[in-house]
Amino acid sequence: MNEYLSQVNALSFYLIVAAVLLFITIMCLYILIKCYRAGIKIGMDKAVLKKTITSSATFTLLPSISILLGVVALSGTLGVPLSWLRLSVIGSLQYELNVAEIAAQSIGLSGLRLEEMSLQAFITIALVMTVGILGGLFFTIFFLKKYLAKLKSNPKKETNSESKPGFGAHATTAMFIGLCGAYIGAYIGKAVPRQGSDIMPLLVALVAAAAMAVFEILIQKKGKASLENFSLAASMLVAMAAAVGFGFIL
Amino acid sequence: MTEKEKYIQEFNNGLHRLGRTLMLATIALLIAVPFVFGAIYGISPELDGFLAGYAKVAVIYLPVSFVEFLVYAPMLGVGASYISFITGNVTNMKIPCVMNAQDIAGTKHGTAENEIVATISSATSAIVTTLVIVAGVLLMVPLQPVLQSEVLLPAFNNVVPALFGALGLKYFAKAPQIAVLPVLAMTLLCIFVPSMINQTSVLMIPCGAMALVIGFVLFKKGKLK
Repeated sequence: MNEYLSQVNALSFYLIVAAVLLFITIMCLYILIKCYRAGIKIGMDKAVLKKTITSSATFTLLPSISILLGVVALSGTLGVPLSWLRLSVIGSLQYELNVAEIAAQSIGLSGLRLEEMSLQAFITIALVMTVGILGGLFFTIFFLKKYLAKLKSNPKKETNSESKPGFGAHATTAMFIGLCGAYIGAYIGKAVPRQGSDIMPLLVALVAAAAMAVFEILIQKKGKASLENFSLAASMLVAMAAAVGFGFIL
Repeated sequence: MTEKEKYIQEFNNGLHRLGRTLMLATIALLIAVPFVFGAIYGISPELDGFLAGYAKVAVIYLPVSFVEFLVYAPMLGVGASYISFITGNVTNMKIPCVMNAQDIAGTKHGTAENEIVATISSATSAIVTTLVIVAGVLLMVPLQPVLQSEVLLPAFNNVVPALFGALGLKYFAKAPQIAVLPVLAMTLLCIFVPSMINQTSVLMIPCGAMALVIGFVLFKKGKLK
């Protein structure tokens, strides 16, 4: 077994991650119980509260399996414990992988590639992944109370913003297009035949895009909305499986 | 103010205090993890690499986090905001889960009942996700030798192209009129300046800016749905 992978999959790492996640889970449970009791106190029907719990649990099951597939995808280079932690808190598969790649390049690696990883690279990447996503938490800590109070005192403004969406939603789409465009451009550039060229990333990206296109057709044209939760992780796994096949051919 | 309104106001104030405290504790724990990992092997993170990486990440994700906060916080309310922003997967899981629960419960927007349903729903969702992933991780442990075999190396080395291929299709299809120019520009740049190929973390900043400007112009002209 690769020495680096043995180190990042050490039992001690599992235990540290388990302890952090236990804290967060207990915290969620505590808030859940607190809110359940508050609901009863203000006269809500117990059946409604119980139904909220069961419907939310069943609704979450399938998307959770999709997140688990993300853990499998990340674990090949970052080990299971860090992938487990990162996908259980704050971020999402897209964020974690993109930031891991950015961090890998920032410490002089060509990307998130197993043969180039060292323990110091792993720890630096883990720190960038952790700190990079904390913005949302700080906004919540410092501004949530004032922001919600302001909306409550001016509900008309909120309704208006709901009925006519601003550029915000499009801005997020544009940001992601920019993000993907940079990578796709790089994969095409890398596939051009010359010294050091590599067609594998482009082929894998094309297979992933093709798989995603199939999912999009099934979701939008055939009404299989339940596939939405799996489309990204499943497309990635299809492309990763294809990469194994390309590895034999190229 | 009625007794109920008074109770809810006090309850929400308590939830803010609790949420902030737990968030600060979570931040401290999460930042400690990489350092504890390193301490076990006597290794520290590379400071220059961290700062360079964080600067690039912050340029992209701080504005995204801010927009997400502005959009999702009113939908989630007090308790669910704290839980959802800590446990993540907000867009792809927490928001749809909360909306579904509110729909089933039949609560109205802006009421205390609606917020309580949102909080219970996001907390349940977070707990179930954790349990599912724990079960999966336990199943993965005996599979480690298989997952780490040489044959699967190309799969794990190409996880990033797999992500951006799939994600690219999704977003390019969403707004092709925004995508054409940035993708073309980056492709030409990487073909004619090969040294940029391994600098995607730098490329994504001008590429993102270009997409934002094009998106804004199209939005102003009313050409974005």
